[in-house]
Order: sequence, then structure tokens, then C-alpha cells
Amino acid sequence: MSIDLVRVDERLIHGQVVVGWGERLRPQRYVVADDELAGSAWEQELYALAAPPDAEVAFVPVSEARARLAEWRADDRVTFVLLRSVEALCALAEGGGLDGLTVNLGGLHAGEGRREHLPYLHLSPRDEAALDALAAAGVGLEARDLPTSRGVPWREPTPDAGAGAPPPPRGGDGA
Amino acid sequence: MSDAPQPVLGVVITHGGAARGLVDAVARISGVDTDALIAISNDGLAPEALRERVDRAVGGRRAVLFTDLASGSCAVAGHLCCRGQGTRALVSGVNLPMLLDFVFHRDLELEPLVERLVEKGRESVRAVLPGDG
Repeated sequence: MSIDLVRVDERLIHGQVVVGWGERLRPQRYVVADDELAGSAWEQELYALAAPPDAEVAFVPVSEARARLAEWRADDRVTFVLLRSVEALCALAEGGGLDGLTVNLGGLHAGEGRREHLPYLHLSPRDEAALDALAAAGVGLEARDLPTSRGVPWREPTPDAGAGAPPPPRGGDGA
Repeated sequence: MSDAPQPVLGVVITHGGAARGLVDAVARISGVDTDALIAISNDGLAPEALRERVDRAVGGRRAVLFTDLASGSCAVAGHLCCRGQGTRALVSGVNLPMLLDFVFHRDLELEPLVERLVEKGRESVRAVLPGDG
């Protein structure tokens, strides 16, 4: 098994991923599965700067990532797969390619129509429904910004929330 | 009425509270008007929101955007804000000596100013090894 991290994070390749997770898991390959970036050479160059120089960085459309998941999982090289939205995650998960993996919900920030679940995790009702559907289909989901933080399984009640209900919005904007 | 261009604005974009700390240190050391520098943290901001915040801070002014890292969310926002703009430049690896020099040379043209800042930042990094001196 060589996909060690599948992460949903709007910032894609950035400090928490490269330093926080990267120093611990030592990925040899970063895959950014993103339709927009796959078509923008100058933005790819910008994001690739953040990766260690000896790591392979690939920018592919989500559909290509989905087709290559089995290949990357069978490969010995430690691989991170990065997505910027729940929508992209759902597209990647079609066909069961993420079965047996736990997806990391690492960075979706405050925005219109989004509710705060954790300081680094804000979701729209549509996102919440999509994650519920993925969880029901057997995809593991865990919120965790850094490996040193406690992982919070999807829909685990937080101290701010009543059991079974999504937590209410909280103040603060730390990430 | 003077035709001199408005002094260059500095925008410091960092992770956590580093930007605020650097701007505060510049004010305490230099005594220069703090309007010269604006501190922006990426805390809790989605990439687009960070870019918009930087864009709003700069407005139509000439500006140097200082970022902590050369890549990552702050740098990406800075690059996007500079793209296609002839009045904005970006310097990564911001440090205090660089900012102290900046606040006293804001009337320079952007290109010589940035070259100067990079040199100041680099030359301020020194090491004393065990056994030296």
C-alpha cells in the first residue's frame, strides 16, 4: 500500500502538507488531482516549488487520478493524493478506488454557506451530505490538520455539539 | 504639488502571527510610520479569500509583497496578486533586516528596491559556529 495520504485541502501543496505530514511520512510522490491546475502550467510550477526537490509532483485531472489509483496503490513509492474540494473527492471515489483508505479532511476554510465543524474544517450542507454518502459507502473519513493533532472521525460529536447533530458555528479562524 | 510617486507599500503575508510580529518589530526599532507596512496572516483563510485580502490591502498602489516561504499558501496568494500587474513585486523569505531597510527606501523604483531588499535579507544571515571567536 503506497497511498499514505489522501487529503482534502484547498491549499493543496503547502506547509502543513510538506512539513507537517511530509516530514513524518516522507512521500516520494505528490499527486494533485485537480481539473483546473492540470491545465495551468504556470500554476503547476508555483505549487511544485513547495515540494521537496527529490519528490515527483504530478498534476492530473480527477478522472485520470481515479483511473490511476490502483497503479499508485500497487506502487512501492509513498504517495500523497491532494484534492481541493469534497466534490473532487466524490469524483475520485467513484468506482471504489478509495476503499480501505481513510481520507484526511485537512483544510476547508470559512466561506459563504459553510458551517464550521473544526477551526480548519468548514462545510456546506452539500459537502456534509456528500461526506455522509461516502461514509455510508464505506470510505473512511477523518478530520485532522496535522499528524500531531487528534484525528476526528467524520460525524463524531464535538464538545460544542449535541449527539447526532452537526456542531454549531464557533468563533475563531485558526487553521 | 509634487509629482513624486506615492511611496511603495509593503504587505507582509505569513503563516500564523509572524507578519504582525515583524511589523510590530519594525515600528519599535525604526519609529517609522506603521502605514508603510500591512500585516496579513493566512490563518483560517481559503486561498481565494487570502488573495482577495491582499488585493484589497494593496489597491492601486505600488507594493512589495513579502512572504515567509517561497512556496505554499502565502506565496501562491502573493504570486497571483502580482500576476499581470506592473506595480507589484514579491520577495519571499522575509526577515527583519529586509523590512527595516524597506521602510527607509520606499521612494525607489520597484526593481532597484527589490534587488536591494533581497541583498539586505541575504547579507543579514550570519552564523557563529562552535569555537568561532
